[in-house]
Amino acid sequence: MADKILNKIYVKVWRQNNPTSKGKFETYSLENISQGNSFLEMMDILNDQLIQAGKDPVAFDHDCREGICGSCSLYINGHAHGPDTMVTTCQLHMRKFNEGQTITIEPWRVGAFPVIKDVMVDRTAFEKIQQAGGFISVNTGGVPDGNTLPISQDDAEEAMDAAACIGCGACAATCKNSSAMLFLAAKVSQFAKLPQGQVEAKRRAKSMYAKMDELGFGGCSNTGACELACPKSISISHIARLNREYLKAKISD
Amino acid sequence: MTTLNSKIPEGPISEKWSNHKAEIKVVSPANKRKLEVIVIGTGLAGASAAASLSELGYNVKAFCYQDSPRRAHSIAAQGGINAAKNYQNDNDSVYRLFYDTIKGGDYRSREANVHRLAEVSPNIIDQCVAQGVPFAREYGGLLSNRSFGGVLVSRTFYARGQTGQQLLLGAYSALNRQIAEGGVKMYTRHEMIDLVTIEGKARGIIARDLVTGEIKRFGAHAVVIASGGYGNVFFLSTNAMGSNASASWVCYKKGAFFANPCYAQIHPTCIPVHGSQQSKLTLMSESLRNDGRVWAPKNLEDAEKLRKGIIGPNDISDDDRDFYLERRYPSYGNLVPRDVASRAAKERCDAGFGVNSEGKAVYLDFKYAIERLGKGTIEKRYGNLFQMYEKITDTDPYKEPMQIYPAIHYTMGGTWVDYNLMTTIPGLYAIGEANFSDHGANRLGASALMQGLADGYFVLPYTIGDYLAGEIMVPKIDTNKPEFIEAEKAVITRLNTLFNIKGKTPVDHFHKKLGQIMWDYVGMARNAEGLTHAIKEIQALRAEFYTDLLVPGELKNVNPELEKAGRVADFIELGELFARDALNRNESCGGHFREESSTDEGEAKRDDENFAYVAAWEFKGVDTEPALHKEALTFETIHLTQRSYK
Repeated sequence: MADKILNKIYVKVWRQNNPTSKGKFETYSLENISQGNSFLEMMDILNDQLIQAGKDPVAFDHDCREGICGSCSLYINGHAHGPDTMVTTCQLHMRKFNEGQTITIEPWRVGAFPVIKDVMVDRTAFEKIQQAGGFISVNTGGVPDGNTLPISQDDAEEAMDAAACIGCGACAATCKNSSAMLFLAAKVSQFAKLPQGQVEAKRRAKSMYAKMDELGFGGCSNTGACELACPKSISISHIARLNREYLKAKISD
Repeated sequence: MTTLNSKIPEGPISEKWSNHKAEIKVVSPANKRKLEVIVIGTGLAGASAAASLSELGYNVKAFCYQDSPRRAHSIAAQGGINAAKNYQNDNDSVYRLFYDTIKGGDYRSREANVHRLAEVSPNIIDQCVAQGVPFAREYGGLLSNRSFGGVLVSRTFYARGQTGQQLLLGAYSALNRQIAEGGVKMYTRHEMIDLVTIEGKARGIIARDLVTGEIKRFGAHAVVIASGGYGNVFFLSTNAMGSNASASWVCYKKGAFFANPCYAQIHPTCIPVHGSQQSKLTLMSESLRNDGRVWAPKNLEDAEKLRKGIIGPNDISDDDRDFYLERRYPSYGNLVPRDVASRAAKERCDAGFGVNSEGKAVYLDFKYAIERLGKGTIEKRYGNLFQMYEKITDTDPYKEPMQIYPAIHYTMGGTWVDYNLMTTIPGLYAIGEANFSDHGANRLGASALMQGLADGYFVLPYTIGDYLAGEIMVPKIDTNKPEFIEAEKAVITRLNTLFNIKGKTPVDHFHKKLGQIMWDYVGMARNAEGLTHAIKEIQALRAEFYTDLLVPGELKNVNPELEKAGRVADFIELGELFARDALNRNESCGGHFREESSTDEGEAKRDDENFAYVAAWEFKGVDTEPALHKEALTFETIHLTQRSYK
């Protein structure tokens, strides 16, 4: 199937030279974009055009370009990762856009993710949440055989559903409260479904929760927008499990 | 001149590692606290090494160019990880995994290293389960396995089609725990630009802060390179956009030998190239060949109609389909190793049976598996891969076979290391894909994850002690020493040079040109004439690069174009060495196919008499030919035979 060509499109993108400078939107036009191109290939073409015109290219995060590393992070036409469902920006294709359309590109707008340059943001806050308890405290070596503890297939599958989180930040960027609950829930829920996670369950839920609050993410008001925006379709039922884990931990305090 | 001493321990193959561990030195806990180790890269090898070294008590500084260690490209590995657990009772064993890996690597890897890899493989699975990695399980709650190419047993553990992600998140969680406890200082968005050696020993690095553009000095008692492979020398590959060889390359230029650069793996099942603006290629996991059948049309007329879009694959009857892998290799069928499957796909397409508009694709069909197992089972096994395929191609693989074509995926060559994983520079180590030692001329599927984690969890933490035990009296490395100042100056000069060329051409154009030369002359089929031509073309490209490159932006700010310029400058030099190595190796083995050396049936023909060695190259200057050192490969345990999967 031959891909159609978009003769002309407009890209309205957030430009900001550094964290402290004032940003603004700039609009650029692009010609002859194949709908078979990925969105980031379109960005490559834009940047090539900007460089050759003596301008500064748009800085954006990207790496694997196959939807798994979680680097890419654009807010496109009012949607995290753009208009398609269950994809990251790098998997979004230009066939989702029309001739003559203006495509608006913004960075994640979350207080805890400050802009570094243009549409590139600092997601170190997610790292800090993970460092607060997103692990099982075992050292290398001296662990039991992998088949010592049977885990039901359902539990393993549910743990895997949660573990599929790629840490991109679309959930927090979409949430009207800038909450990181789905991100946090994905880790807590993964371990809650596994016997290995039980030993430190209480400490983990409390510590990671407290860190999220400390970093300035908002609370959850159960609108479910995060689940819709999540490129991996991580269910908000994991937030319910996180809340149970947190409550269990707090009650036993 | 350095002589190559691989330091392979004495004794029978199955006792070498145990004997070695008993003999190497151990550093006391009190002394470990005084020692610092730098780890470059946070993929499976780097993250597991950084976490394990910190757990032991060393002070670790870990670096990655991404904004989080979790984003290293190990995350994208799909299919699984091998381990000799024999949970399936199918007569698997350490010996069988060892044998399969040596044979799969076409007898060009080091026996002792591979046996050690097989020995520690079961421990990896145990470790990952303890970390909470959600491996696939059977109804009874025990771990599930699948098969991979080049083997006759089921020894591959997996977490859907996201095994690399789950294993990396396991190692990342261990790393996070150490960061929280203060044993690891994590430097994200930092790129190593140079290695610092003092009195011949690796003592630190110069790095660029990718946010501020600041050039920084870091000292340590040992440096570990875990920065992955160099597949992006081809521009189009399954590697991440940022995957680069610069850390390994600066080490090469500081005296670390680079081994077997011509061994690159071409993965048979990638989504074919479309158009001219494509930025990267996407892999479809080898695990799909468990249930998918590879075919091309039997008749040239059908292929012609498919290319023109007059008919679709489902219009071709079973009788008119050529399941060429099953035809040519009846015993392994669709599960032949990657190099064999790739060449077979190329052979069909070159003969005119390609099915997409460019004539460079064959089919991977799930129709038969869906008929046999039902759509639900296939969805459970490969759902995320099918979704990924549909998003990219706009075609539903449940209804129509996938189109696939080979693409550059992994590099078996890399920095030369001895049995301790130390390079030819004392105190400098290379682990994971960055080194050369375990996969020979072709890597088996699901073995990259195994090697990365084996090196990081279970090999390096032991072997590095043998070196560091001799360093306990060395105080914290002073980064104000002249060697650091000079290295920093050289880095600044280099960046200024790139930045100030101010030509007309952005860096991607050079990278694409390099990739095209590599693919055309140093790709799936190579010959002396083409390789000689490629070397000249690459040299000409290098000259053009240094006169016409245009780097925009600022030196002291976020500047992805500057980052790419440095990486591509290194890739151009590496590409030349790659072609030289391919020219030198006038035999076919694994992923390296020399047209001059093939059987009558078109299979790769090895030349053990003349080429059973590791080619380790020593840098002699950018415009001077490198020196070749040979490490003879001796096979004490396995008899060399012509590899057959028929």
